[in-house]
Amino acid sequence: MDRIENKDSQDEAVAGSAITTGAGMDLLRFTTAGSVDDGKSTLIGRLLFDSKSMFDDQLEALELSASNRGEEVNLALVTDGLRAEREQGITIDVAYRYFATPRRKFIIADTPGHEQYTRNMVTGASSADLAIVLIDARKGVLTQSRRHAFLSSLLQIPQLVVAINKMDLVNYSGDRFNEIVREFRPFSEKLDVDEITFIPISALKGDNIVHRSKSMPWYRGDTLLHHLEHVQVGTRRNDRDFRFPVQYVIRPDQDYRGFAGRVESGMVAEGDSVVLLPSGQLSTVISIDSPGGPLARAVAGQSVILRIADEMDLSRGDMLVKEDRAPVPTTRFRSVLCWMNSADLVPGRVYQLMHTTRTVSAVISRVHDRYDANTYASEPAETLALNEIGHVEVETAAPVFPDDYKRNQATGSFILIDPDTNATVAAGMIRMDRLGSPGSDQPHAFNTGINGETETLRSPRVHWQPWNIRREMREKRNGHPAHVVWLTGVSGAGKTTIAKTLENRFWEQGMQTMLLDGDQLRHGLNGDLGFTPEDRTENIRRAGEAARLFFEQGAIVICAFVSPIRSDRERVRRLFPDGRFTEVLVHCSPETLHERDPKGLYRKAREGRIRSLTGYNSPHEPPGDGVMSIDTNAVSSEEAVDLIYQRIIGSG
Amino acid sequence: MTTALHTANRQIQQNHPAFILNGAVSGISSKSTGKSLRDPHLTQLEEEAIYIMREVAAQFERPVLLFSGGKDSIVMVHLAMKAFRPAPFPFMLMHIDTGHNFPETIRFRDDLVRRTGARLIVGRVQESIDNGRAGEEIGPEASRNALQTVTLLDTLKEHNVDCALGGGRRDEEKARAKERFFSHRNIFGQWDPKNQRPELWSLFNGRKHPGEHFRVFPLSNWTEMDVWQYIASERIPIPSLYFAHRRRVFNRRGAWLADSDFIARYSGEEPVEKTVRFRTIGDVTCTGAVLSQASTLEEIIAEVAAARVTERGNRHDDKRSEAAMEDRKRVGYF
Repeated sequence: MDRIENKDSQDEAVAGSAITTGAGMDLLRFTTAGSVDDGKSTLIGRLLFDSKSMFDDQLEALELSASNRGEEVNLALVTDGLRAEREQGITIDVAYRYFATPRRKFIIADTPGHEQYTRNMVTGASSADLAIVLIDARKGVLTQSRRHAFLSSLLQIPQLVVAINKMDLVNYSGDRFNEIVREFRPFSEKLDVDEITFIPISALKGDNIVHRSKSMPWYRGDTLLHHLEHVQVGTRRNDRDFRFPVQYVIRPDQDYRGFAGRVESGMVAEGDSVVLLPSGQLSTVISIDSPGGPLARAVAGQSVILRIADEMDLSRGDMLVKEDRAPVPTTRFRSVLCWMNSADLVPGRVYQLMHTTRTVSAVISRVHDRYDANTYASEPAETLALNEIGHVEVETAAPVFPDDYKRNQATGSFILIDPDTNATVAAGMIRMDRLGSPGSDQPHAFNTGINGETETLRSPRVHWQPWNIRREMREKRNGHPAHVVWLTGVSGAGKTTIAKTLENRFWEQGMQTMLLDGDQLRHGLNGDLGFTPEDRTENIRRAGEAARLFFEQGAIVICAFVSPIRSDRERVRRLFPDGRFTEVLVHCSPETLHERDPKGLYRKAREGRIRSLTGYNSPHEPPGDGVMSIDTNAVSSEEAVDLIYQRIIGSG
Repeated sequence: MTTALHTANRQIQQNHPAFILNGAVSGISSKSTGKSLRDPHLTQLEEEAIYIMREVAAQFERPVLLFSGGKDSIVMVHLAMKAFRPAPFPFMLMHIDTGHNFPETIRFRDDLVRRTGARLIVGRVQESIDNGRAGEEIGPEASRNALQTVTLLDTLKEHNVDCALGGGRRDEEKARAKERFFSHRNIFGQWDPKNQRPELWSLFNGRKHPGEHFRVFPLSNWTEMDVWQYIASERIPIPSLYFAHRRRVFNRRGAWLADSDFIARYSGEEPVEKTVRFRTIGDVTCTGAVLSQASTLEEIIAEVAAARVTERGNRHDDKRSEAAMEDRKRVGYF
């Protein structure tokens, strides 16, 4: 390690003294990420050193440590706290560092860059306003750099700084800098961040950290510290959706019953009408007490005590919201999950889920996919191992009140706890809204990606309004009950033929009918979806919702979808009242499929032109017991229709 | 609703600029505790600490607040009062007493207990020595600092404590930089730095098995300067030891130690009278004074801003070896 240089140039104002007592100082939390050799710890050491935030005894300890080991002083040792790390020469956990300039107090979450420590990176990033991704100028954009940028984006850190380090080792070449920027750009277009800033630096020599580099006159941008001091924070705070998870009940005497908690988003004022979740009851805020005294209103970030007008049963884990923009209580949702434990995720196993102040039992009912650690392409997965990230389906034993993580970090995040070891095993980011982007103006209730199941609508005040003309009225006028027939099975099994014949049969009886099939929806409503596991699930979700609209309109709705995933079909089933949804499995022998092959798909699959085809190299999950099954090798389509018609008329 | 502290603060204002009450001194010139005069970062740190104290109240059955008489634990008591009022804070205070105290510390402690109405538990290192649980060190370097760990763990166990709130800050020392807000301790009271629970967003996992406990550090993100600025902006009374005063001290390897019956001196360590103040307050044997003329909070803040050594730089206990703090924490130190 080279000897440190102190570039304390006199021609430039020093940004800050050791600790500064500025007025109006605010707080920036940032995280640093880089590979082991990118010089991350040296960068932090340099920031502290050049901003005069390092104390003599710390420097002395460094020198002592260096001389005990017969080495030169190493700035990185400031941040490498634990003895084991010094032995291994890498940081192994999140360490927090502090420094201040007259403008800001900074909290650095220093996280290791090693790929097996994704969990620490995610931990550090979960509370950051900004992330610094370090790139070694000699090596260019490595997998590691992309991983860190990807995780920052996933965790919704709004600001990204790409610090291209070790510029001294590439002769401070502007061409090399531009080359790396060009290399990073195509990847960065996929990231969901507000701003990306590239800065050429040398942490070792001190170029463009606190002091402007004299060796890189071609760089006109800000130094790193200047950028950190001036970047805007709090841009992703949600000021619109009032969320107040009850943390603790304060009851000093019979006359005072207050609900302590933090306003996680939005605002609340004295006299505001609020909805209590999960009960759905309405009440009014009669007072807001804060640590500094009574307030007329409280905004996001403030810890306060609310009192409400009525004597209502409310305890830790409940939530106060406003009637408009209320979350939908749900027991199922989809999430991005980062697994943080050496024991793999076990789907179906009961974990404890902490969401805001609420803890409930939960299972991961399904793992959809995981991100490949190098390409970030999603790939099918059955489970998640340590440091793996994927999309999962979560089911809870009691309702939670979630928001999409992109809209609201506090109410969109959760952790999973292993009930045996009590270890925190996973971090989750809730996905309610596939299309939702930060600042989307869509009212929240319509963004509910996967929920909306009837079972979750426990609270009549907070879900959507009932239909203007009720289905019962429409059914009366139509003269028959509405019903949904869901035909599932692989391509070529005979679904479409049966569906058409069946619709004709009902139509001829003078009934209102509608036929929905997969190909048809994929041309229109679902035209934006592909064939990833996630898109297939969404395809079925939308088909179910479309069926529900026709159902509510009073029709006999016949749906023909491959719908290979059992849980996807079960979710659709839950949209309808008992006895109004009939699932039918349509199947035949594989030989018959290849023989029929109405769309030529099996031929293409055999020729390797389709990678994944349900019924060929991708399974169709059969329904459970009690579901009607039609073998089209054994019965004709007319006979099949007779069977289904009888079942429905008989049951209807 | 008027709290004891409000009363104290009003008295401070009346007696401005220097108010003395049983060893408590406060010299403040700012006129209001209103948020407008306070840096936003102090408000953010206060909100964070209050959130964590409320989490402790909600998640644990028998939490205590470790009270040393030092400024950090005084700030903790102040925050606890703010976090729960109009209710009293739901923590007992616990003081681990080495027996080697500055008399001002004990006077201040007893007064604070009276003002807040809190219940105080005292664990005495002397008792641990008397009943053979701990062995006294001998010689001029003898300290009861390490023995405190035994007394602390015994006292926690005796009172079935499941969570001990501490005023530890991450800026104090390298090993503390990795400490979580909620720090799990196994059945032996030990910390395993390599197997800490990840701490994400504001979700604090306080689940534990019987016999285990937690240490929780609401001031984790505060620096020494933040603490002083907060004391000034909230006008919190603190012991007089923090302000410059005349005292008989002697110099040992660059640090000024108080002349006291509790410390044996090497030959050549002659006590002299100096104007000093303490940056931290702990056991007399290992708390070094600094030469200082700072007699108001403003002067202290100016002094801290210009300081070139960390506050623990005067703590004798950290200097023994490079990993001294980490070793102590592993076995259950504060």
